Amino acid sequence: MVRFLAMLVALACLTACSPHPVNSPYDPEALAQNTLFTAFTQRSPKHLDPARSYSSDETPFTYSIYEPPYAYDYLRRPYVLKPKTAVEVVTPRYYDAQGNVLAEDAPGEQVAVSVYDIRIKPGIRFQPHPSLALDGEGKPRYWPLKEGELDGKYGMADFEHTGTRELVADDYVYAWKRLASPRVASPIFGVFAEHVVDMRDFGERLKRHVRESGLPADAWLDLRSFDFEGVQAMDDHTLRIKVIGKYPQFKYWLAMTFSAPIPWEAERFYSQPGMAEHDLSLNTWPVGTGPYMLSESWVNRRHVLTRNPYFRGEPYPCKGEPRDEADGLLADCGKPMPFVDRVEFILEKESVPLMGKFLQGYYDIPQIERGEYGVAMRVAAGDSSEKAALYNERGILLRSATEAQYFYLGFNWLDPVVGDVGSEERREKNRKLRQAISIAFDWEQFVSIFQDGEAQASHGPVPPGVPGYEPLPQGRNPVVYDLVDGRVTRRDLDQARRLLSEAGYPDGRDAKTGRPLILNYDSAGGMGSSAMLDWMRRQLASINVQLEIRATDYNRFQDKMRQGSAQMFMWGWLADYPDAENFLFLLYGPNGKVKHGGENASNYENPEFDRLFEKMRFLDDGPEKNALIKEMVGIVQQDAPWMFGYIPKSGGAYQQWVGNAKPSQMVRDTLQYYRIDPALRAQKVKEWNTPRWGALWWLAGLLALLAWAVARLTRRRARATALAAPTEERP
Amino acid sequence: MIRYILRRLLYGFFILVGVNLLTFVLFFAVNTPDDMARLAIGGQRVSQDAIEKWKSERGYDKPLFVNAQAQDSAKWTDTIFYTRSVPLLTFDFGFSDEGRDIGHEIGQRMVPSLALALPTFVLGLFACVAFSLLLVFFRGTSLDLAGVMFCVVLMSISGLFYIIAGQWLFAKMWRWVPYSGYVEGWDMVRFLFLPVLVGIVSRLGAESRFYRALFLEEAGKDYVRTARAKGMAERIVLFRHILRNAMLPILTGTVSAIPLLFMGSLISESFFGIPGLGSYTIDAINAQDFSIVRAMVFLGSALYIVGLILADISYTLADPRIRFN
Repeated sequence: MVRFLAMLVALACLTACSPHPVNSPYDPEALAQNTLFTAFTQRSPKHLDPARSYSSDETPFTYSIYEPPYAYDYLRRPYVLKPKTAVEVVTPRYYDAQGNVLAEDAPGEQVAVSVYDIRIKPGIRFQPHPSLALDGEGKPRYWPLKEGELDGKYGMADFEHTGTRELVADDYVYAWKRLASPRVASPIFGVFAEHVVDMRDFGERLKRHVRESGLPADAWLDLRSFDFEGVQAMDDHTLRIKVIGKYPQFKYWLAMTFSAPIPWEAERFYSQPGMAEHDLSLNTWPVGTGPYMLSESWVNRRHVLTRNPYFRGEPYPCKGEPRDEADGLLADCGKPMPFVDRVEFILEKESVPLMGKFLQGYYDIPQIERGEYGVAMRVAAGDSSEKAALYNERGILLRSATEAQYFYLGFNWLDPVVGDVGSEERREKNRKLRQAISIAFDWEQFVSIFQDGEAQASHGPVPPGVPGYEPLPQGRNPVVYDLVDGRVTRRDLDQARRLLSEAGYPDGRDAKTGRPLILNYDSAGGMGSSAMLDWMRRQLASINVQLEIRATDYNRFQDKMRQGSAQMFMWGWLADYPDAENFLFLLYGPNGKVKHGGENASNYENPEFDRLFEKMRFLDDGPEKNALIKEMVGIVQQDAPWMFGYIPKSGGAYQQWVGNAKPSQMVRDTLQYYRIDPALRAQKVKEWNTPRWGALWWLAGLLALLAWAVARLTRRRARATALAAPTEERP
Repeated sequence: MIRYILRRLLYGFFILVGVNLLTFVLFFAVNTPDDMARLAIGGQRVSQDAIEKWKSERGYDKPLFVNAQAQDSAKWTDTIFYTRSVPLLTFDFGFSDEGRDIGHEIGQRMVPSLALALPTFVLGLFACVAFSLLLVFFRGTSLDLAGVMFCVVLMSISGLFYIIAGQWLFAKMWRWVPYSGYVEGWDMVRFLFLPVLVGIVSRLGAESRFYRALFLEEAGKDYVRTARAKGMAERIVLFRHILRNAMLPILTGTVSAIPLLFMGSLISESFFGIPGLGSYTIDAINAQDFSIVRAMVFLGSALYIVGLILADISYTLADPRIRFN
C-alpha cells in the first residue's frame, strides 16, 4: 500500500510539473496553433456531395469547401447577396415567348424566359485532389486504377499524388447536370425542374439513357456528352442559366451549394470499382474551390478541415450593421481570408462534456451551425448570477439574433372538425373554432416557459429579417390580438368562448349532441405526457375544450401527414433564403402535402391567397411586393390554418479569443471569417485548468486511514481468543 | 469434450438463425424501407425518386420474405431477408446503409471498446472480489455492516449519476483528467482513467454483495470449519479454500461476459466520447441503420454463445468433479 501511494505521489508530482494542463484533450502544442476547435453533437455529416446535402449540420463543411456563384454578405442585415466565384450579382435579361428582349420591369406574366449570364472569376483553382493528379505524360494518375492500387486507401491522405486545375464554367454545368441525374437523385431536382428551362426533360432523357444503355449501376455516367439547354457554358468563364418565366428568388438558389461546381474528373475518379467499398465518394471526400478542404475524416469521431493552399483569399467585408464596428467586427476589413489554418470538429454526444470543455477553453465555439448553446448560456446567465459572473470572468461572448425560421401549430385543412370541409356554414364554423383556439393558446406564455424568453411569439407566416415583415403594432394578428393604448395584447378568453359558441360548441360542447368537443394533437415524439403537451391541454381546457394527444414516433407522424389523417400538429421551417416567398409557399394550395406531396403540411387552400402568391412570386423586393405580402398575411390570419407559434432566437457563444463572430443561420460559410488568438487561448487555458492536487492528499489520507483501520482490526482479530481471559479469584 | 462443444456450437447456430429472424421481424415491424430511406437521406424536400434510388441501391426495394414475382429458388433468395441476413451466418457483415464497410468499422472500433472494457472488467472483478473478501473477513463487525450499507448505497444510485458526478469531480473541480475524448497510444490512459473508475464504482455495490453472499455461504461449510480447527490462518482459509470453492458461480458470470467485452459499453462510450462499438450500435439504432443493427445483434449473440461455452469449459478447470456429458 505504501509503495502504491508513493507511486501515486510520484506520478502526481511528475504531472504537476508538466507545463501543460493535464485535463487537455489535445496534444500539448495543439492549443498554441492556429486551429479552431469545435464540436458536432449527433453524428457525422451524411452528405457532403453538394447535390445531395440539405441538412444544416452538413453546412459548416459544404459551405467551406464548395463555392456557389453567390453568397450572403456576412455582416449586413437584412441579408444581401454578394458575388463569390461570380464577378458580380447579375440582373437577368427577360425574353417573351417570341424571343424578344423585355424591359427589366416587365410584368412577370409576359416573361417567358429569364437569362442569367454569370461571369466566373478567372484564376480560381480547385483544392489539391488525387482525381486531378496527372502523370508526366499529362494522363490521369489515378484513372483507371489497376487491381490492388486501392488497397489500404481509405482517405485522400492515402493517395501520394494530388493535382489541381482552374475552375471553368463547365464545372458549374456539370454540377447542374448532376442535379438531374438519376444516379444522384438530388432533393432539389423537383424544385429546379419547375424553374430551369429543359431541366425536367433533361432528367427524363438521362433516366431513359440509363435504362436503355444497360450501363451498370455503379459505372460512371459521363454527363458531359448530354446537352442541357437550361445551363450552358458560353465560354470558359461565362455560365448561362435559363429560368422559366420570371423568378426573382432564383438568385438565392445561386448562393446555395446545390449550384456549386463539381469537376467531372472527381466523379469519374470516385466511380471506379472498389471506391464505394472504401467509403470514397463525393459524399465523404468533397472536392471544391473554397477556403478549406477536408483533410481528415473519422466518421462519428473527428473531422478536420485545413486551409486550401490554392484558395485565392477573398477580402473580409468592410460594411455591416451599425453596431458591428463597436463589436470589432470591421477590424479586419479588406484582409484576405481565411484567418484560421485548421478547423477540428470533434464528436460530443452529450452536452455535459461539451459545455464543460467549452468553459475550460478546449472548444472555441460549442457548435458552428446551431445556436442552441448560445441561447442556453444566455438563459443560464439570466437565471443565475453565479453563471453570469463565470461567463463574464471567462470573457465569453454571447450574441443573439432572430432568424428566418419558426415553429407553428397547424390545423389540417382536410379534417372535418378543424379543417375547411363541408357546407359553407360548416366551414365558417370551423374557421371560428380555429380562431377561438388561436386566442386560447397563449404563445407568449409558451415562449416564457419552454423557450426561456429566447424567442418571440409570431403574428404571421413571415418572420423578422425578411422583406415584407411588418413589425408590431402594424403587423399584429387582429384575430388574436387587440391594440389597447398602443400596446398589442392577446384577446381575452371571453372572445374565444364567444367564437367557440358561434362555431357550434357553446361552453365546449356540441350544440346538437351535447357531447364535449375533443380535439386531437398528433405528437411526433414522446408518450403524450411531456410538460409541453400538458401545457397545450391546459390552454384548451381554459375554453372547456379537451385535447387528446396521439403520440407516435416520427416515422408514423410523417405517414399521418402524408395521408392527411392528423388533426393538429406542430412543425417548423428554416428558410432556404430570406424571401417571403420561401415562407408563404408553405401555405400555397398547389404545394399541399396530401394532394401534391409538397411542403404545405396543413393542406391549406384559398384561391385568393394562391392567386396573390402567384402574382407575388414574380415581383422584385419593393413596396408593391410588400403590399401583396400584407394582403396574403391578412388572409391567413383570418383563415387561421396555423397558430403562428413562435420564432426562436439564434445565439452564438464564443471564447474571448475568437474574433469576427456573428451568429447567423442564413450565412453558412462562416468559418473563413473567424479569427482566433492562439497565444491568448493557450495562456487562458493554462490559467483555467491548473490541476487541484490538494485533493490527492485528502484521498491519500483517507486511504491511509482506511488501511490503518483494517490493519488494526486484523491485528485485534488475530489476537482475539474464543473465550474471555479468566478473571482472578480473590481469596 | 469436443463432442460436447460441437453440440453446443450446433445449438448456437440455430439460436443465431432465430436471433437473426427475430431481429429482422422486429426491425421491419417498426420501420418500413421508406421510413429508413427518409431518415437516411434526411434534410428537407425528400423526393420519392430519391427514396426509390436509396432503396434500390441497398436492395430494400425487394419484398421482405417472399418474392412472388421471382422464379424457383429466387422466390426466397431475392428478398431482403435472404440478401441481408443470410450472409451474416458466414460473418459477412456487408455494408452499412450509408455504404460503409461494417467489418472495417468493427475492426477499427474494437480496440477503443476493449481499451475501456478490459481494464474495467479486470480491475472491477479484482476490486469486487477483494472488497467482498474483506467484508467476509470482517463479517459480523461494524466494518462489515458499514461495507454492506456502502454497497446498498452504491447500488441505489444510477450509473448515469456516477458518470456525471465523476466528470464534475475529476474533470471540472480537480481538473485531473479530460471530460471526454480518446487518443491512441499510452496517452489514452488519461482518457480512460475516469470511465474505468466509473465503470468499477458502478458495479462495485451489486457485485460485491453477490460475491459476499457466495463467500459467506462457503464460509459456513464444514470444510472451512475443519480448516480453521486445524489452526489455519484466516487469510489462508479465505484465499485457499473459500475463494477457490466459490469460483464456480463467479465464473458463470465473468467468463461468459468476456467475449461481450468486444461489444463495448453503450452509455459510457457516448458520455466519454470513446469511438467504440457501443456508440457505433447506438448511432445505428438512432439512424435506423438496419445493416449495422443486425450485424451488431448477430455479433453480440455469437459472442454470447461463445462466452457460455467458454464458461462451461472453465467449470471443468475450476472444479475437477464436473465432466461434460
